[in-house]
Amino acid sequence: MAIGWYLTVSALIFCIGAVGVILRPNPLVILLCLELMLNAGNLALVAFSRMWGHEDGQVFALIVMVVAACEVTVGLGLIVAIYRRRLPINVDDLSELHG
Amino acid sequence: MSAVLFFIAAIGALAGAIGVVAIRNPFYSVLALVCHLIALAALFLLLRAEFVAAGQVVVYAGAVMVLYVFVVAYIGGADEPLHRPGGALKVLAPLFGLAVAIELCIAMLGTVLKGVSTDGAPYVPGFGTPAHIGALFLTTYLFPFEIASLLLLVAAVGAVMLARRRRGLEPDEVVAPRAAVPRAAFTGTMAEAAGFRAGPGTTTEPEKQTEPIGAQTSPPAGVGSARDRSEGGW
Repeated sequence: MAIGWYLTVSALIFCIGAVGVILRPNPLVILLCLELMLNAGNLALVAFSRMWGHEDGQVFALIVMVVAACEVTVGLGLIVAIYRRRLPINVDDLSELHG
Repeated sequence: MSAVLFFIAAIGALAGAIGVVAIRNPFYSVLALVCHLIALAALFLLLRAEFVAAGQVVVYAGAVMVLYVFVVAYIGGADEPLHRPGGALKVLAPLFGLAVAIELCIAMLGTVLKGVSTDGAPYVPGFGTPAHIGALFLTTYLFPFEIASLLLLVAAVGAVMLARRRRGLEPDEVVAPRAAVPRAAFTGTMAEAAGFRAGPGTTTEPEKQTEPIGAQTSPPAGVGSARDRSEGGW
């Protein structure tokens, strides 16, 4: 398959993830949609790595996975802290920093 | 054969992605993301990135998703509305997504990269194996590798600090006070015997502590002396 097909799939996954981040009110699902966007970036990195015949893109895909794991840990820690304080798990209600 | 596998994996990945966004219950969203990740690993295999595919399945679909499932089970994943009540976002968000998709497709169609329409560089044996990637990590990309390890450490410490139980920030749970019934001497814990902690049976008068042994055989008419003897001690 041509590399362009992989890039198309990557672009579609990225857009679905972006729509989910905007649309869903639950921070847990927002984190899941962020994962979708990061994975779309990963797919593009690996596809370009295949296109050039170098492994550099795969190395950075692995780095992106590390960053995603860190983001998940901190994000889920925040959600658990929100839940412990009996606050609503809804980004529209958590608007104290709104200004 | 490769095309068939590509379309199966691509449809699986896209269906998983749509499922994450469109399913009401967060628990099933997480499961849809697991399907998406496994389909994406198949795409990585088609792109000859075996090590990344294995890492994707083991680390992402294995470890990170288990973390998600634990948190969803902890906070209770109930059905919820798909979009925020009464917002223009319901209309604007799909429009935004469509705009980004069209823009990305235009960028890809108008690219000057010749390799986009080919199957990629000719395959050399050993491409994407752990040996090559490890060599790259320890030579060319040593600095990003170290930064990634530092980032993992910071994230682990930060998650522990965030999720830890803190005093003062949350309403204290009402702990039922233990009944302060008088208790016979020599029936307390070791800490009370050693004088580190004042037991409920000992009072501030020193003569109570130097009570004769007879006090043990005739305990005061406390309510819970038998219960204390059974639960206290070592």
